[in-house]
This record gives sequence, C-alpha cells and structure tokens, in this order.
Amino acid sequence: MAEVQDLIKKEPSAFSFGKSERKLITDPINDNNPVTVQILGVCSALAVTTLLTKAIVMGIAVTLVTAFSNMFTAMLRDYIPKSIRMIVQLVIIAFLVTVVELALKAVNYPIWKELSVFIGLIITNCILMGRLEAFAMSNNPWRSFLDGIGNGLGYSAILIIVAAVRELFGKGSLLGFKIIGPSAEYVLNTNSISWLNWYTPNNLVILSPAAMFLVAIIIWLQRAKNRKLIDIS
Amino acid sequence: MHSTGYIIRFTIVMTVIVAFVLALMVSGLKPIHTENEEVYNKKGILSAVAEQLGKDINTMSNKEVQEVFSSQIEQKVVNSKGEELTPDQIKAATDGAADKAEDLDLSKESKKPEGEKLLPVYTFKGKDNKMYNILYVRGKGLWDEIWGYITLDSDWNTIAGEAFDHKGETPGLGAEIKENKAWYTQFTGKKLYDQSGAYKSVAVVKGGVKIPDHQVDAISGATITGNGVDEMLERGLKYYEAYIQKNKKSVQEVKQ
Repeated sequence: MAEVQDLIKKEPSAFSFGKSERKLITDPINDNNPVTVQILGVCSALAVTTLLTKAIVMGIAVTLVTAFSNMFTAMLRDYIPKSIRMIVQLVIIAFLVTVVELALKAVNYPIWKELSVFIGLIITNCILMGRLEAFAMSNNPWRSFLDGIGNGLGYSAILIIVAAVRELFGKGSLLGFKIIGPSAEYVLNTNSISWLNWYTPNNLVILSPAAMFLVAIIIWLQRAKNRKLIDIS
Repeated sequence: MHSTGYIIRFTIVMTVIVAFVLALMVSGLKPIHTENEEVYNKKGILSAVAEQLGKDINTMSNKEVQEVFSSQIEQKVVNSKGEELTPDQIKAATDGAADKAEDLDLSKESKKPEGEKLLPVYTFKGKDNKMYNILYVRGKGLWDEIWGYITLDSDWNTIAGEAFDHKGETPGLGAEIKENKAWYTQFTGKKLYDQSGAYKSVAVVKGGVKIPDHQVDAISGATITGNGVDEMLERGLKYYEAYIQKNKKSVQEVKQ
C-alpha cells in the first residue's frame, strides 16, 4: 500500500496529458458541469448573461482564476497549515481576482465598467472554493490546473449558451452584430420581410428570470440526453 | 500539525507577497487606467453629439477621441447665475481638485446647494462650423444615479443630441435609457422653451405624446427610471437657465 502511494506521489508530477488528464477537462463540461449538475455559480450566470460579450469575458476571467488558484493551492498544499487553509485559499482567490480585474480595466475599460461588481464577486463564486477544497488540496499542480481549466470551461459554456439565447431573442443581435429586428440596421429587417413581420425582440428575455428558465431548460435537456445524471443532484 | 509560530510566519509571508505584487500592479497600470477612464468620460460627452461627429463613436480609438476632444471641444464652467468661471475661481470652488470642466467631480457638484454648483458646458464645433452646446444633468433612477449630456443647437432651445448613462439600472428596463437608440433619440428636435419663451423642459410621459415639442414616450416597465429622467431634465437644465438666457440674447442680437 505504501508503495502504491509513493508511486502516485512521484509519477504524476510530469506534465503528462493522458486519458485521465483529458477527463479532467471534459468531465466538468458535461457530466460534472459546475452550473447544471452541481448548481454552483448560478448567481453570476443570471447577472452577466444579457450580452454575449459580457458572458465571454466573464467566462475567460473565471477560467483563469479557477485554473491558477487551483494550481497555486496545489503547489502550496503541503505548506498550508490545515487550521487556516480556507483563509489561505480565499487570499489566493482574492489575489487572482484582483489581478484579473486590474488587467481587464487596462485592456478593455468599457467591458470592465459593464461587468463592474461581478468581476469582484468571482471571489464569492462557489465553484472556486469548491474546486480548491475538493480537488487542489489533494492533487498535484498540473492536474489541478487542468481541473480548473475544465471547470472554468464548463461554467463558460453554460454562460455562453444562455447569453447567446438572451442576446439573440432579447436584442436581436449577437456580439453586437445586428441580426433580427425592426429596422434597416438589422440583417433580417422584420419590417421589410413579410413572413417575419410578426416578430419583435422579446424584452422579457433580457430580464434575470429568463436566465433562470434557460438554465432550467439546459438542465432538463442535458438530463434527457445523459440519463446517468438523473438523481445525482 | 503545524505549530502556531509556523502559522503566523506563513500568514505574514503570504500577506506581504500578495500585497507587494498587487501594489506593484496597481501603480504600474495606473497611467493606463487613468487614460482609459478619461477616454471613457470623453466618449460619454462626445456621444451627445454622435450625429454631428461624422464617424461612428464606438469604433473610435483612444487617440481619435482625445484628438476630437482637444480640437473640436471647448470647455467652460458656469455657475447658476450664468457667469463663466476662470480656472482660478474653479480651483477655489473645488479646493484645488479641478481647474477645467472635464476634471470636475460631477457627483460631488450635484450634491452642492444650487448657488454653489459648478456646471460644465462643452461647446462642440461641428464640421459645418455650427456650434453645439453640451450641458450636463444628473438625477436619480430606480437603483442609483443617472446622468446625461444634452446638446442644444446654436439657438439654445432645440435639442440636437443626447446621451444618458446610469450606474445600476435594470438591464432591459431602466438601462434602456442608455442602450435603446430608438428611445433616447426621441429627445432630438424637442424644445426646452415654448413659443412665449417660458421654460417647459422635456417631459417623459406615459400613454402617448400629446405636446410633440415638449414630451417623449416613456419606456414600459421602467416607470421610476423614466420619472427620474423627467425630473433630472426639468431640474438639471433649469440650473443653466441664466446662462442660456444670456446666450440666447446674444444670438438674437447677432441676428438683428
């Protein structure tokens, strides 16, 4: 038994990328999605999904923070005193979130302004703390990093789907490109195309409750396709 | 199990490292942040003359914004008596924080009593050499502050452009005052004064516009934000009353 543990301790320190590493990334995107299976991080999923750009930037920010906070925690896991581990994890998360926020403020000020408090609120996103406690404290840095990337991508995927639906049906645009709406600025002008003249952008989709319904529909569809998820949460 | 001494040492080292890196980053990025903020605010002002700019404001680079602002905009600060203030007077009134309109802390100014308020006025020189006057208003929406820039045509009466912004109105409802072009462009062409010259402002009304010169249609679902805009315009533009009257008079004298 001791030999096996030694083996596990020595072997994975290399940057290998085998089947189990791939699973670290793909698992949180579908079978163990943080939003739709673990139902974590729903608050920000409702708040920042009115526009696709916002969702993408938020997704990138969360992915970076989960990946690097996982990595740093895993690197320090043997040195972190157990009695203050939560505080240390929180400092790591808060540090990275501040770095991301400062960088975003320098790179794209208007987006930073729009996301405002929600970037800062990544600190309280349950996905992060959950991953640090459940994974990074007992795995090596490389695997933890991949796990962070996977969970970040799983979160981003849901955000992007919800935001795409909300922006398209609420504002008639995607990433700011005007697609369908009642004026000549749009690609599909509902005033001039006769079989589309019943269509109007639905303002309800922009409001937060719509995101709640969309997340619920995604959960339903995912479970209808992926039967083994039924009853696990 | 770690000793108490180790825990304390660990905490101190961690805090020092984190604080040092963050401090370095904040001071290193400060110039970029300040410039970004400046351009963002200037873009806010320029979007009130978006129609007269001759190019799409959303695609303008930081440099272009600075250039247009320095070459085509003239800034002044006036008080509610309509007097223009010199840089020294502005400095005295703001405790040295600002000496021109763009540096004013507008949130602070909005809380001062009427007589002490400093009001920014930006004059935009259009391509056709026409002068547009951009005035600033600030009020309360549903959740937080809302503000806007109102452009008056050279007759100091007709609205030629407008841009609203807000701190935290609901997306899809109150936030439409900034996002929904079809809504805010309703203000263009409205008039502040009626035929007899009495101050009327522009009201945000429900259920259809009855006085086309002085009313715009409200956003459904955003009653309180709409009322906020209404109140903000009525009160905010009134502060400029003396200044507007003074300029109106000089415009009429030139005409005669």
